[in-house]
Amino acid sequence: MLSDEHLELRKTVSAFAREEVAPVIGDFYERGEFPYEIVRKMGAMGLFGLPIPEEHGGMGGDYFALCLALEELARVDSSVAITVEAAVSLGAMPILRFGTAEQKAEWLPRLASGEMLGAFGLTEPGGGTDVPGGMRTTAVLDGDEWVINGSKAFITNAGTDITGVVSVAALTDGLISTILVPTGTPGFSASKKYSKVGWSASDTRELSFNDCRVPRANLLGEFGRGYAQFLQTLDEGRVAIAALSVGLAQGCVDECVTYVRERHAFGHPIGHYQAIQFKVSDMEARAHTARLAYYHAAERMLAGLPFKKEAAIAKLVASNAAMDNARDGTQIFGGYGFMNEFPVGRFYRDAKILEIGEGTSEVQRMLIARELGLTA
Amino acid sequence: MNIVVCVKQVPDTATERKLRSDDKTLDRDAVDGVINELDEYAVEEALRLKEAHGGEVTVLTMGPAKAADTIRKALAMGADKAVHLVDDALAGSDALSTSYALAQALGRVGFDVVVLGSESTDARTGVLAAMLAERLGVPQLSQARKVEVNGSAVTIERVTDYGYDRVEASLPAVVSVVEKINEPRYPSFKGIMAAKKKPVETLGAADLEADAGQLGLAGAWSEVVDFAVAPPRAAGTVVKDEGDGGAKAAEFLASKKFI
Repeated sequence: MLSDEHLELRKTVSAFAREEVAPVIGDFYERGEFPYEIVRKMGAMGLFGLPIPEEHGGMGGDYFALCLALEELARVDSSVAITVEAAVSLGAMPILRFGTAEQKAEWLPRLASGEMLGAFGLTEPGGGTDVPGGMRTTAVLDGDEWVINGSKAFITNAGTDITGVVSVAALTDGLISTILVPTGTPGFSASKKYSKVGWSASDTRELSFNDCRVPRANLLGEFGRGYAQFLQTLDEGRVAIAALSVGLAQGCVDECVTYVRERHAFGHPIGHYQAIQFKVSDMEARAHTARLAYYHAAERMLAGLPFKKEAAIAKLVASNAAMDNARDGTQIFGGYGFMNEFPVGRFYRDAKILEIGEGTSEVQRMLIARELGLTA
Repeated sequence: MNIVVCVKQVPDTATERKLRSDDKTLDRDAVDGVINELDEYAVEEALRLKEAHGGEVTVLTMGPAKAADTIRKALAMGADKAVHLVDDALAGSDALSTSYALAQALGRVGFDVVVLGSESTDARTGVLAAMLAERLGVPQLSQARKVEVNGSAVTIERVTDYGYDRVEASLPAVVSVVEKINEPRYPSFKGIMAAKKKPVETLGAADLEADAGQLGLAGAWSEVVDFAVAPPRAAGTVVKDEGDGGAKAAEFLASKKFI
């Protein structure tokens, strides 16, 4: 059961998504434009600071509160949901968890308020899952400075006007370390936005580092512990992506339940026909079971229990549910489902990445198998 | 500054609203209650007045136990404390008996300025602010799209059919607001959590030191004599344009006395 506060938060974010996001996001999506005004409003209501303690400018909530907010946002639009997800779970959380007192003081208040966005640079053009073996980006100490060379691919929030800092994973003497690189540092640049199949109103860039120098003190967490750090970051992130996937899956149900009552064929609203009812029922069942899976993973995470398997299962089933519901929802809408002006069309385009980002479905299966004691 | 904002829980306008067959009052149990929309603007304005001038914002509501949800929403937005007027003796109040009960409560709570929405979405009488000001013996500034406090004076821009009037009065005063005045904030999670710890004082009819004959249904001056379900909307008229569409449309409008 959700606490009164969590229920109230869900209600508030749901109202925000319906009133502030739904009426305008289609146009941003079509233009591939980052919705700064929506981001400002989400910042004002504290969504970027949900799991950040009050002493660092956050809301003092927990990671589950973030997940609930992401689900409600994604019920209406995934671009804004992923913007918050990446900013918080990938941008701010590693600094909260591994940063020094100085690093937290410097970055967290602005990240928690949404005034500034953070990003996390792990994946490279040559490989995502294949770390540490496949990583090419290097950082070498030269006196009191790190000198970074390499490039990163598919990095969310990396090139907006309000992006302030990127945590970059790099090889340091054969081990991975994470280094904070503020935007504007000479030698660091973000390419122009990718043209994507979905998430079109979110910011995704390729980053390049060319003899980019930052102070030695910008090392985030312990030297050589970057791999362990981001494994922990990604376990949490999977629960967040599962929540976002559930939101999309539920958004498809919401759209269809309304549509099948209005759309007539052969003398009745199409919701009168069992073929449609069964499809919508399956969609609702998928969203519901996926929600229970992420609630369970989040519950274990907050209780301090191992949750790697539960997070992998939640991410796997929720992204499946999103993909299946987007396909069925679009089918129910028929020709209208193929039009960008209808949300289900947008959901269809946004669903596929959920089976890829923050660990592909294959990676989730690998993790589950390992937890079952099966190894190669 | 001691700011009191009056809020009302009303039936969600998105749901079907019904009157009770026994006493012909609104069936509040049958529908979801939400904060009256204009009252959200009143809460926002009260919070802005506090942010500009200091002081405290007290939420005042009259309503059944479930109106506590509406209080919590206003507290989550940032109000400091609340007074909940709840008593079976208050059920069935019309605008006149409501204004009496609220005025008695305001006398007890004290105020420099009372802010409220200019009408509620349920009964839509729009007279409460005026009645309240009269009962309290203070100036009424209604339909405000802008409010400024300067020392002991309050100035508003009052929306009219032809533009706006600047109206000034001395404090204490009652100010009713319209939706043009601001953009209400969404409660933050910190606000939601803090709301749980904020004091809510519950007052019953006996605490008001009121004349019982003026409260609730007994004190109401208006009475619903009869009511009927609204008739279903008649089908519209479709004008097919066969070169004379304009004339036909004009004919239709003339028949309905629009032109």
